[in-house]
Order: sequence, then structure tokens, then C-alpha cells
Amino acid sequence: MELQTLTYIVVGLTFVLYIGIAIWARASTTSEFYVAGKGIHPVANGMATAADWMSAASFISMAGLIAFKGYDASVYLMGWTGGYVLLAMLLAPYLRKYGKFTVPEFIGDRFYSKTARIVAVICLIVASLTYVIGQMKGIGVAFSRFLEVPFEAGLFAGMAIVFIYAVLGGMKGVTYTQIAQYCVLIFAYTVPAVFISLQLTGNPIPQLGLGSTMADGSGVYLLDKLDLVLGDLGFAAYTDQKGGTLNMFLLTLSLMIGTAGLPHVIIRFFTVPKVRDARSSAGWALVFIAILYTTAPAVGAMARLNLMNTVQIGEVASAEGNLAYADKPDWFTNWEKTGLLKYEDKNGDGKIQYYNDKSASFKDTADKAGWKGNEMVKVDRDIMVLANPEIANLPNWVIALVAAGGIAAALSTAAGLLLAIASSISHDLMKGVFKPEINEKQELLYSRVAMAGAILVAGYFGLNPPGFAAQVVALAFGLAASSIFPALMMGIFVKRINNKGAIAGMLAGLGSTLIYIFMYKGWFFIPGTAMVADNASGWLMGISPGAFGAVGALINFTVAYGVSSVTEEPPEHIQHLVENIRVPAGAGGASDH
Amino acid sequence: MSSDNAKAYWKANLRLVLGCLAVWFVVSFLFGILLVDVLNTIQIGGYKLGFWFAQQGSIYTFVVLVFFYASKMNKLDRKFGVHED
Repeated sequence: MELQTLTYIVVGLTFVLYIGIAIWARASTTSEFYVAGKGIHPVANGMATAADWMSAASFISMAGLIAFKGYDASVYLMGWTGGYVLLAMLLAPYLRKYGKFTVPEFIGDRFYSKTARIVAVICLIVASLTYVIGQMKGIGVAFSRFLEVPFEAGLFAGMAIVFIYAVLGGMKGVTYTQIAQYCVLIFAYTVPAVFISLQLTGNPIPQLGLGSTMADGSGVYLLDKLDLVLGDLGFAAYTDQKGGTLNMFLLTLSLMIGTAGLPHVIIRFFTVPKVRDARSSAGWALVFIAILYTTAPAVGAMARLNLMNTVQIGEVASAEGNLAYADKPDWFTNWEKTGLLKYEDKNGDGKIQYYNDKSASFKDTADKAGWKGNEMVKVDRDIMVLANPEIANLPNWVIALVAAGGIAAALSTAAGLLLAIASSISHDLMKGVFKPEINEKQELLYSRVAMAGAILVAGYFGLNPPGFAAQVVALAFGLAASSIFPALMMGIFVKRINNKGAIAGMLAGLGSTLIYIFMYKGWFFIPGTAMVADNASGWLMGISPGAFGAVGALINFTVAYGVSSVTEEPPEHIQHLVENIRVPAGAGGASDH
Repeated sequence: MSSDNAKAYWKANLRLVLGCLAVWFVVSFLFGILLVDVLNTIQIGGYKLGFWFAQQGSIYTFVVLVFFYASKMNKLDRKFGVHED
């Protein structure tokens, strides 16, 4: 069957499944809308959390990032999984014990302050909204590449699907669709990886294949071969470190703290029946995430090796060493059409030279061979996962599956983020601050309207992405790491922190992180207002803006502790509240009403 | 529940969490980043050990660690009589 027809069928079937679940899992109470009635099994919640967490970026971009950065991309692998250890041990069980609906609600109650609650709401909305824009864009791209419909049409289709199950079902609908979406995305990710690992190393398990010898009988290990192939063309060795150690350390820590502090992930742990379940559910979430995150390094390394070998078919600098442009494979042509892959015949020999033209030591070899610069002028790293099945000549149904998987990853994350935004607006702002008198039925209506509004705003930004869309991911993690995570952790572990300390800490952490990011990325991301060059030589002690969240968190901790210790103790009922959330006994069902 | 019991439970909990976080720190920050060059001199199959910890081993350890913590905590809950019904 033709690829496009097949893709329509596979993607169409997954959509029918999502809508079917939406109709089955309607929410009729606020508890069902916000926290799925606290009745989700911990394994099911772990699966939903994994889909919630793994976005279009994890599915599409991460392996590409690894392919081109090699060892240095380890920060993302460790950072985005290590956060779950913090979540499981420092936050999830206690917040579940507290048993409310949103993250700002806990902050507001624990620090007996509406100001603290509103600061938390603002952090939550900014972090979640910036994050959701990327998902909307991912949905549009997946549609336009695989179904060949215009970007806008793809975006509207995605919005319509999310609208149906998120507005109707709230957290309950979102949870059950996320479980289905996890199955689709993990299948779509691992099947091509297994095939490629088998082709290259003869080992069907990608995690083992990455550490195996090549299947060509040479007895050379795959990673050694990759280091060799890259080194021969002037690139740095794949397994070597290229960036600064302090920056790697802080970036990993920032990503971990940020992950644990992202509200859309935290609220998933409000949906399980017991404190005990919150602990094990974090473990299950990590299992389901680890399946993809340990496969990604294999996908990255193997895709890079395949790419290099496609172009460099013989010995470097020999007459027949490079692929003639006329002989390029079909996938090469397909991706050239999208503009994500670009070739420029700089020395006019009709062949493709892909090498590191910035390497001083390789310059001699290149000059002697008559090479006039790297001719693969653009290789977008996002194509690595998407083109992988084509590069490996896999059957069409695998390619169709990858399209459905990418869309599932983007939809599931978007829905989780939108739910966090909507529940914060209806529960924290409307019910909590402006209209405390509304009854449950009215609040449910408000939450549905807020959800619909959030989808429209996200859709608008997806169509008209602000110029800073790519840079704000650092902002989302920075906000979560420097404000939300420390406030939650101190709220549980340090009884002495009072309202003044918490607010001062959050503002200090937030402020310092924002200033550091704005210094390098421009004030409020307005182009031309950056004060220092955004590169390793301009960074303070080599710390990149994305890695500053950990420093912001430290500032938050220090200020909060300092201010609290010179001001009065928190009132007695707050101290009892802290003592109460520290023990599991007595956690009931939804306790808001 | 007496407040002495609650204090002892909390203390045991903190000790467990600190132990787990020490392992968390060692496999990722120490083995994966700070000591990566030293460990890379050891080769296991096709993997250099430091590289393996950074891209595979740390993640496997995290998974085991969370389940270990969860089961230990469940035992602590029972030991101190603060478990859910």
C-alpha cells in the first residue's frame, strides 16, 4: 500500500481510539476533572505520566541531539530521568497526602498567603504555556511532513482532538488517552530501533547493540567505529567530552530540579488512591520513560553512523571515497524537499563531502583532496528519528507508525500542560481568589471554559510562534527549578519556613534566574537587548543560561531560610499541617469538598 | 500517634532519603560527569564505563532506586504504625 494512504489509516485509527476514550471517560465532578477522582492505578498512572512527560522534543529531537553532540547530550538523558528520583522521594508522596487539586493550592495553604499562591500560579502558567507552544508546533510539523496537509490544517486537527477529550473528560479523559498514547509512541519508537540495531550489530536489543561489535565481521565495536569515522573527517570523537564540566554538572542538576518542579508532572501524582501508590507510581513512570530514554542513545549513535556511511562510501580523501550527488538515496531527496537537509556543491565535483571544515588539523587533508568546505550545509537534527526508518529501508507501515507516534507524543504532553493551566485558572484564581462563592457545578463549568480558552491561546501561539519560542524552554525549566521546586520542598521538609521567607525566596530565585537568562537572550527576549554574548566565553564561569536554574534554586533556599529565621515562626496550625503531611496515615479520597 | 514516634519515623525517613540521594549523586554526577575520564579507561564490551553510566547506567540505577525507596518506606510505615489502612 502507498505510504501516504497507510499513514492516513494509522493516524486516523489512533484518533478514533482517542475520541472513543473521551466519550467513555467523561468527567462529572470537579474531583474527576482535576484529579481523575483519585482512582487511577499506580502502574496506569506511571504510563500516563510517561506520555505526559515525553513530548515531541523527547520523541523527535532528543536522539538527534545525541547523534550530533555524542557524550555531551548525556545531560538530557540524566537530567530528564534523575528528576523522577527527586519527585518520588521529596515531593510526590507528601503532596498526595495533602490531597488537594493543584500545586499553587499547596503553596498558598502551606505559606498561608494568597500572594504566594498567585506567584505560583504565574510561574505555572508561564512555564506551561511556553512549553505547550512547542507541542503545537510539533503537531503541525508531523502532519505537514507525513500527511502532506498544510501546517495550519494539521494544527487545527490536533487542537480539535485535544479539545474533545480534555474539555469533556478533564484529567480523567486525559489520563486514559495518555495511556493509549504511551502505547502508540513507545511502539513507534522501539520498532525502528530494533530493526536498525539488528542491521548494524546483529543484536535486536538497541541498549545492547550500542555496546556490541559491528555485524560486518570486522570485530570492531560500534562506538569505536563511530569515533574513528568521525575522527577521520575532523569531527570530535563521539564519546569524548566537548563542553565545560561545571556547565554540564549544573545543567544536569537544573534539568533534574526543573523536571521535579514542573506542575503538569506533579499533578499526575494527585490521581492515585494512596500515598503508597504515589511512591511506586513514580517508579513505574520512570520505567516507562527509561524504555525510551535508554533506546535514544542507540538510535542517535546508529543514525549518525548510518548518515556518515551513506555519504562517505570509501576511504577519506580517496578518488572514489565520496557519494556522487546523482546517486543519492530517496530519503535524501525527500528531506531536501523539506529544507531540513541542504547540499551545496562547493568544489563543483558532483560529489558530497561531509566533514568538519572548522578543524585546523584536518585542513591539510581537505585541501590536498580539493575539498572547499563542508557541503552538507544543513542537517537538521530533528530528521534523525523521522528519517531513520527510511535510511534503514524499513517497510512503509513502520514509517506510518513513526508519524502516529510523534503526534501521540505531542498531543499527550499538550493535554497535560493545558490541564495544569486550566485547573490553575479555575481552581486557584477563580475559586481561590476572585469568586470563592461559586459551587462545584459552576466551578466545573469554569474549568471547562478555562480549558477551551487555554487550547485557543496555545493554538494561536502555535500558528504565530513568538520569535523566542525556541529559547523559552530554558525559561520553563528555569522557572520550575528556581521557584516551584524549592518552595514545595521547603514547605515539606523545613517546618520553620514562614510566609515571608517563602515569598522572598521564590522572588529571589525567580528574579536571579530571569535576569541571568535575559542578560544573554535579551530582555523579555526582545532581539538586540542582550547584554553579553550568549556563548561559552561570555557566560559567567562558563554557566549557560539554561544551567542557571540550579543556582537560582540555591539562592531561593538561602534567602527563604535567612528571612524565615529572623522573622516569626509559622502559626501552630501550619506546623500541624506539616506534621500531618509527613505521615501517610489518614490520606483519604478527594478532600476538597 | 505520639509525637516521639512521629519524630523517629521522620528521622528514619530522612536517613533513607539521604542514602538514596547519595547513590543518585554518585551514579550520575560522579560517575557520569566528574569521574568520566577516569572510568572511561575501563572498557566493558563496547562501552567505556564512564560513557555507559552517563547514557545508560545512571538511568537503570534511578529506576531501581525509586522502587527500593518505595518498598523500604512501606516497611517503615508499618514499623512505626503510620501506614494507610
